[in-house]
Amino acid sequence: MEPLGGVSPDGGRPAAVAPSAPWAIELRGISKAFGPVQANRDISIRIARGSIHGIVGENGAGKSTLMSILYGFYRADAGEILIGGRPVQIPDSQAAIRAGIGMVFQHFKLVPNFTVLENVILGAEDGALLRPSLTRARAVLADLAREYDLDVDPNAVVENLSVGHQQRVEILKALFRRADILILDEPTGVLTPDEADHLFRILRGLRDQGKTIVLITHKLREIMEITDHVSVMRRGQMVATVPTPETSPEQLAELMVGRKVLLHVDKGPAAPGRTVLQVENLALTDAQGVQRLRGINLHVRAGEILGIAGVAGNGQSELLDVLGGYARATGRVTVNGVEIDLTGRTGDGRSRRAQGIAHVPEDRQVRGLILDFAAWENVGFGYHHAPEYQKNALFMDNDALRADCAAKMARFDIRPPIPALAARNFSGGNQQKIIVAREIERNPDLLLVGQPTRGVDIGAIEFIHKQIIALRDAGKAILLVSVELDEILSLSDRIAVMFDGRIMGERLPSETNERDLGLLMAGMAG
Amino acid sequence: MDFATLIQILDSTLRLATPLLLACLAGLYSERAGVFDIGLEGKMLAAAFLSGAVAFVSGSVWLGVLAGIGASLALSAVHGLASITFRGNQLISGVAINFLASGLTVLVGQNWFELGGRTPALTEGRFQPITLPLAETLAPVPVLGPIYSDLISGHSALVYLALALVPASWWLLNRTRFGLRLRAVGENPAAVDTAGVSVVGIRFAAVAICGVLCGLAGAYLATALSAGFVKEMTAGRGYIALAALIFAKWRPFAAMGACLLFGLLEAVANRFQNIDLGVVVLPVQFMQALPYILTVVILAGFVGKAIPPRAGGEPYVKER
Repeated sequence: MEPLGGVSPDGGRPAAVAPSAPWAIELRGISKAFGPVQANRDISIRIARGSIHGIVGENGAGKSTLMSILYGFYRADAGEILIGGRPVQIPDSQAAIRAGIGMVFQHFKLVPNFTVLENVILGAEDGALLRPSLTRARAVLADLAREYDLDVDPNAVVENLSVGHQQRVEILKALFRRADILILDEPTGVLTPDEADHLFRILRGLRDQGKTIVLITHKLREIMEITDHVSVMRRGQMVATVPTPETSPEQLAELMVGRKVLLHVDKGPAAPGRTVLQVENLALTDAQGVQRLRGINLHVRAGEILGIAGVAGNGQSELLDVLGGYARATGRVTVNGVEIDLTGRTGDGRSRRAQGIAHVPEDRQVRGLILDFAAWENVGFGYHHAPEYQKNALFMDNDALRADCAAKMARFDIRPPIPALAARNFSGGNQQKIIVAREIERNPDLLLVGQPTRGVDIGAIEFIHKQIIALRDAGKAILLVSVELDEILSLSDRIAVMFDGRIMGERLPSETNERDLGLLMAGMAG
Repeated sequence: MDFATLIQILDSTLRLATPLLLACLAGLYSERAGVFDIGLEGKMLAAAFLSGAVAFVSGSVWLGVLAGIGASLALSAVHGLASITFRGNQLISGVAINFLASGLTVLVGQNWFELGGRTPALTEGRFQPITLPLAETLAPVPVLGPIYSDLISGHSALVYLALALVPASWWLLNRTRFGLRLRAVGENPAAVDTAGVSVVGIRFAAVAICGVLCGLAGAYLATALSAGFVKEMTAGRGYIALAALIFAKWRPFAAMGACLLFGLLEAVANRFQNIDLGVVVLPVQFMQALPYILTVVILAGFVGKAIPPRAGGEPYVKER
C-alpha cells in the first residue's frame, strides 16, 4: 500500500538556488551610510555559483559592512540583493540562513563549554527536546566529514579544540543549516600554514560540490592561491572585479590603496654588532599554574632584527610582557650587559625604558593607547616624566606635549594631524603610527615590537616597516613578534620559532620558507 | 543527641532550606542566561509582603502565592528592562530593587494595616502540612518510621515543589532546546544571535522564571514558614541564596546541597542555645551568625574556584 500524500523524505525547504540561475549572489546598487560616513556606495557585484570569490580592501573599505548587510546585521539604505536570481529581503540572520547563506566570522561565534554537537544544533534544533536533534546532527556531521575532509570529534568540548578545528565547527554549523553560500571573514589569520592549507582543501572540496565561497582577506597571496575571481573595494566602493589568473598581487595592492605600493621591503644586509639583548633560561608560570615560557634562550645584536614566529598563544605575548616589564619571570636577561630585574621593584615598564628598552605592544588598543585620551596625551605616555615635558617641579608642560605631537604627526604622516583628537578616532594604522612614533623617537637601544601591522592598512604597513628597518640600520636591536609569516620573512635578519613556550629552532630567512617554518610552528622539530 | 532530636533538626533543615532553594534556583536561571541578579532579596521581600497581605485579606493562601509571584515578576520586569533592554548595569539595577522592596513593603504595609509594617497574623490563608499516605501507620516502625512520618511527611506543598524543581531544572537546562539556548546566551550571546535566535527574548524568559521562583520563595516565608509578613523578614536570605549558587557552581543538584547546608546551620542555631564543646562554650549569637559567616567565606572565593557564566553581567551589544 502506498503511503498517502507526497511528503518528500527531505521534508525541508526548497533549495535556495534554482538550478538555472547563473549567479549565486547578485548585489545591485547597495548603499549604506552611518551618519556622515558612507560605508558602502552604490555597490554592484555578481558572484558566480560554484566559485571561490575573494574580496579584498583596506580596513574601513566597507567589506565588513557589505557582508553584514548580506547576513542581516544591517539593512542597506538602497539597493537590491538577489540570491540565486531571486530578489530577497534579509532583515535578520534568520533570513540570511533561510536564504542559504552561512557566515564564518573572524572571531568565532561558538559557545566554548558546549560540545561540537551542541554548537552545531544551537538555533537549528528540530524540536523542544534535544535528543532527536543531537542524533540527527551526529549523522549529518559524519556525512560531512566523509564528504569534505571536515572531521571533528562531535563530542569534543569546543574550548579544548585547536583554532583550526574550531573553525571547522563553524563551517559545519553553516553546512548543517544547508548553506549554499559560505562567507569567510579573514579565515586564516589565526591558522598555521598547515591548517590554512587544510582549510583551502576543504573550501575547494565545497566549491567542487557546487557551493559558493566568498573569501574576505587582506592576504593577497591567499587570494592568488585559491580564488577564481577577486573584487577590490576602496573607500566604500567596488573598484574592480577581475578573474584571479588575470591579475597580480601588485596590481591588487595598487587597486586597494589607489597608488603604487611596495609589497616587499627594501632592505640592505644587516651589519650586526655587539649583543644588546641576552635572554637565558627565561621561564614563566601563570596564575593558573600553566607554564607559558619553558626556558627561553635567545640574543639580539645591535643592528639586527630577530623575528619571533609562531601561532598566537605559544608564549610570544608572555615573552614581550616579561621583557617590557609587565610580567614576572625567572631566568636571566641582560641588556647591554646589565642584568634587568625580572622579579623585584625595578621590574616595571618605567625602569625598562630607563634601560633603553622601548616597546610597541601587541594589543595597541589595550596596552599601547588610552583610546579616550587625546593623541597628544598618548604621545607622552611612559615618557611623561621626561624633562622636556615638564614646566616646573609641579606642572607638566602640555603645550610642549602638543607641539611634540604635532611634529610627530608631520614626521610620521599621521592622519588626521589633529593632536586634540581622541586616539579612538584614528584608524588602526594611524593609531599604530602614534605608538611607533612615541617609541622609536626615544632612540632606544632595544625595540620590542609585537604584531606591528595587525589590522593596519597596506599603505601604513609599508611605512611602519620602513621605520623599523631604519631603526635597525641606525644600529639598534629589534625583537619582532608577529604571527604574519610574510612579515617575519621579509623583515627579519634571523628567525626564531616559538611553540608551547619554547624556541623550536632558529633559521636564516634566506635558508627557510613557509613550509619549514610551519612545521616548527606546529611543534615538529626541524 | 538522641535520634528524635536529629530528626527534628533535619526536619527544620528542610523547612528552612526551602526558601533558599527556591531563590537559589531563581538566581540559577537568571545567571545561567547571563543576567546577574543581586535583587533576589528584594523580590523575595516584595513577594513575602504581598502574599501575606493578600492571603490575609482574601483568606486564600493560593491567591496570596499568586500575588507574591506577581510582585516578584513586576520587579523582575524592571530588572529585565534596565539590564537587558536598556543595557544598564545589572548590579546597580539589583541593588535598586532591593532598596525599593525594603522601603515599599514597610510603607505600604503601614498604610494598609497600621501595624508598624507587618501584616496581621494569618490564621487561615496559610499553608497546611501535607501528610503523606501511610504516615500514621508507619510511624511506629523503628528508625524508618520517624524518618518517613516526621521528616519526609508533613511539609507544606511548596517544600515538595521546591525539591521537585531541582531535577526538573536540571532536565530543562540540559535536555531541552530552551535550556541549550539559555545556557548559550549566558556563555556567548553572539553565538545565539548569529544563529538567528533572539538573545533578548531568551534573557527575558530566564528573568521571568527567576521572578516566578523568587515569588514562591517569598510567599513561602510569609505563608508557610511564618504566619504573616514581618518587616525585613527575608533577613539576607537572597544573598545567602546567591552564595549558595556560587558554592554550587550554578548547578541545580549542587544548589540543593548548598541550600540544605545553609538550612542545617540555621536549624542547629535555632535548636541549641549555647553549645558546650568542653573547652569553650559557643554562644548562640555565634551559631546564628554561622550562615552569614559561611556566606562571606564562599563569596570571598575560599571554597574552590567557581567560574561564572562567561557572559554574566554583560549586556549584549551586537558586534558588527
